[in-house]
Amino acid sequence: MSVTERPAPPSGAPSDGDASGRGAAFSSPVGGEQLQVVEPLLFASSRTGRRDVRFPSLSEAARKAAESQPEVPKHARRTATARLPEVSELDLLRHFNRLSHLNHAIDLGFYPLGSCTMKYNPKVNEWAARLPGLSESHPLDPAELSQGSLELQWLLAELLREISGMAAVSLQPAAGAQGELSGLLMTRAYHRSRGEGEQRTKVLVPDSSHGTNPATASMVGYQTVTIRSNERGGIDLGALREALGPDTAALMITNPSTLGIFEDQIDQVVAAVHQVGAIAYMDGANLNAILGRFRAGDAGFDVMHFNLHKTFSTPHGGGGPGAGPVGVGERLAPFLPEPLPILVEGTDDEVRRNAWAGRNTPGARFALEEEGTRPQSIGKVRAFTGNFGMHLRAYTYIRSNGDAGLREVSDDAVLAANYLRVRLTDAYDLPYDRICKHEVVFSGRRQKRQHGVTTLDIAKAILDYRIHPPTIYFPLIVEEALMIEPTETESLETLDRFVDVMHEIADRAATDPSALKAAPTTTPVGRLDEAAAARRPDLRHDFGAAPAGSSARQEAGA
Amino acid sequence: MAYAPHTPADRDAMLAAVGVESVDDLFADIPNAVRARSFEIPPPLTEQEVRRELTRLAARNRIPEVSFLGAGAYRHLVPAAVMEVIGRSEFATAYTPYQPEVSQGTLQSIYEFQTLVCELTGMEVASASHYDGATATAEAALMACRLTRRDTVAVSSAVNPQVRRVLETYCSGPGIRVVEVPADLGEAGSGLTPGEAAGSALDESVACLVVQQPNFFGGIEPMAELAEAAHRSGAQLVAVVEPTSLAILEAPGAYGADIVAAEGQPLGIPLSFGGPYVGLMAARMESVRQMPGRLVGATRDAAGRRGYVLTLQAREQHIRREKAASNICTNQALCALAATAYLSAVGPHGLREVAELSMVQTRHAVAALEAAGVARRRFSAPYFAEAAIQLPNAKRRHATLAEQGIVAGLPLEDAYPELRDCLLLAATELTTDDDVARLVEGLEATA
Repeated sequence: MSVTERPAPPSGAPSDGDASGRGAAFSSPVGGEQLQVVEPLLFASSRTGRRDVRFPSLSEAARKAAESQPEVPKHARRTATARLPEVSELDLLRHFNRLSHLNHAIDLGFYPLGSCTMKYNPKVNEWAARLPGLSESHPLDPAELSQGSLELQWLLAELLREISGMAAVSLQPAAGAQGELSGLLMTRAYHRSRGEGEQRTKVLVPDSSHGTNPATASMVGYQTVTIRSNERGGIDLGALREALGPDTAALMITNPSTLGIFEDQIDQVVAAVHQVGAIAYMDGANLNAILGRFRAGDAGFDVMHFNLHKTFSTPHGGGGPGAGPVGVGERLAPFLPEPLPILVEGTDDEVRRNAWAGRNTPGARFALEEEGTRPQSIGKVRAFTGNFGMHLRAYTYIRSNGDAGLREVSDDAVLAANYLRVRLTDAYDLPYDRICKHEVVFSGRRQKRQHGVTTLDIAKAILDYRIHPPTIYFPLIVEEALMIEPTETESLETLDRFVDVMHEIADRAATDPSALKAAPTTTPVGRLDEAAAARRPDLRHDFGAAPAGSSARQEAGA
Repeated sequence: MAYAPHTPADRDAMLAAVGVESVDDLFADIPNAVRARSFEIPPPLTEQEVRRELTRLAARNRIPEVSFLGAGAYRHLVPAAVMEVIGRSEFATAYTPYQPEVSQGTLQSIYEFQTLVCELTGMEVASASHYDGATATAEAALMACRLTRRDTVAVSSAVNPQVRRVLETYCSGPGIRVVEVPADLGEAGSGLTPGEAAGSALDESVACLVVQQPNFFGGIEPMAELAEAAHRSGAQLVAVVEPTSLAILEAPGAYGADIVAAEGQPLGIPLSFGGPYVGLMAARMESVRQMPGRLVGATRDAAGRRGYVLTLQAREQHIRREKAASNICTNQALCALAATAYLSAVGPHGLREVAELSMVQTRHAVAALEAAGVARRRFSAPYFAEAAIQLPNAKRRHATLAEQGIVAGLPLEDAYPELRDCLLLAATELTTDDDVARLVEGLEATA
């Protein structure tokens, strides 16, 4: 759809989908009811006795041998069968393929979702993840059988170390929030090891921080203290110094900030934190802006986490899996989660040199640290050694890009964000008018005050152009925030079309605000009643009875 | 950059629009004192070069020809149709469904996942997913602490040691005490968690009793009795279950579990050296507001069309910040989709067949080892699809067989010093009679 084509009027009737077939999963209204069905639940096509996957039969010998073993006692046996769907393979695929048509995705269109780094997810990474030698590797296989998996994790940790300038990296955390949890647990263990555990009770976070920062602080029993930003969008150094004290455990700061602004006093921030003996934590969610330009380790940070599903292109999967490796400086290294993959025979230099040249290192041997090797470790934050499938994708991505490519990633990401900054300032308010990094935060306050069109309305209007809206109402310190992160993988044509769309929406806000209030009109469903969803939670399909096996159902004689 | 779309002319046009001479000008705000001092990353690789590198690493692994290793991650068939579904880039390259109008595919699949988890567990509400079974268990225990306003967690020593380690880490955060309920692991022991042991560990400070069914050794725990013991002291029962076993074993909802946690990897998710997997969590509806993680609910739009949204978000970090039920944000949506597609592909009969085959082949292996006089079963209690066996020099023989590409389960003595010379064996539907014969012959030959 070109930008000049106006979205369909808000007739309430869904379109039949565009040429790509998206949205074509509509069916007509169900007879007599107002309800329209987008794609029925899979349970609707279930028929007793229908089968997809079949399994081999047991041999008589196996069955007979097994008879010598104690049987499952009757009281432990299931009383009511779970009502799983009974469908054919074709029906199953059609169901999920039709559902997939109802999604927006990077592979379908622009996704300028600030803070999330929705860049292209290269397909060779997916190819790598499906190599049987990697995908069939059991996490508890003897190390002799897992040398490839262990070497890959060791190499990725080496690369992340170099990218961040940190002394050591654990790949174990499953997501950014778990990296934060690991970081704050290490912070506390560090203070305790110095006899300051009781005294240090506070974690400072800027008012522009991600919600995970204060939520993580609470999980570790820390009290959150919010530090205001200054008029330039950076952390207020005076307010920070005032808050810092002998009771400070850590400062958690996102750099570049969630306003997309580099903290240009970051050296003074870290120095002030260290002066009171606290830990400097960098939330690495915005690493995509600074590859090869700034390293948390060089700036003196003690701990940072990486989001492999942001900077290193592993697919978001509709909300996960991600991976949130955590890097630390020397003084937190003893506290890292265990086990770490380690090189037990061979030299680091030689293994790196060979791997960068695509060669095995004869005689090199990797293993997982034995439990208790580092008695000060915070322990395990996840079973096994982390989301290996994400590790191997990130490794593939870093090797594909190499040094020059990673620098260019940040250069292009920052260039694209600044391009949108200058192209959109005439139409939307820019609360912090200065060079940005990978993202730029506009405000829809002008549209709200002058025309009653909220940022939510603008976001919903964007949907009708087959573009995912920016992150909205975050960071909290910007009124009617529109947080735009174009990433480095979007072409100039895509950026220009987005600019045109945003201008057109700004015009429509002035001329036809009610149309924006009714948006979106071309998506599979219109704005959904979220209040009703929360008021009367409907969180699973109602088969007309309680779930199979629940006590309620048994009591009902089912 | 490997995936850069810009031509030199594009970059020039953008620089001109921004009004800077070079991209370096856009980084002028980084203080000189803290500019990167090094960036020693190897040079870029082309697709064929990077494929060669990943092929090299894959070849450094040796996938065993015969494996009886489980212990929390299981070798099951991953149907091709399941891989096809999760490979759809409309699912794989979508973000968290914060804009429901363009995320109905993901949202509806999660609603279906929640329904299936409720059906399997017999519980009333299930979350959209957690990182893995271990973190789901840890979060379930913290949830029980919030619900009961108590500060101690009792956990059976027959719960997977990996899970217990993660539970301890999570509990250390808010300072929750973890006490161990000793399972009966002595010579001629049942291998189960005795009701009396649970009862004596439970007092008024204990928020929940965490028990695994089947337990780490495959043993079938007396769940109803343990639930009763927990409830008598006002504690909750957190049941850690294995999802395929629920085709045969009683649903936790039926024996009084208050919160259920599970590792969903057996449901169509590749082993992939430990992740990504998916944690399942289910509970009673009355507890939903203390449940951590995302939830999807059904609702309608203005035209009356049914649709799905993320709901009850007032529990979550992006709304509640320091008052959230958990810091969890990104979860394992694509793995939850795999589990949904898997359960739909196998259906109730297929799941039962998987459970039955796994159970019988494990028994077959144990019986064959006993009949050959190679090993004896370590515990007396009935088991599901995993069992501890004992044989002389188990660790050495395990290592010798591994060199031949046969993994004779997991040596138990590292995690359980009292289980010296014990191996934990697991079979699945992929185990053949020939695999069993090779295990027996292999262990015999290393005597």
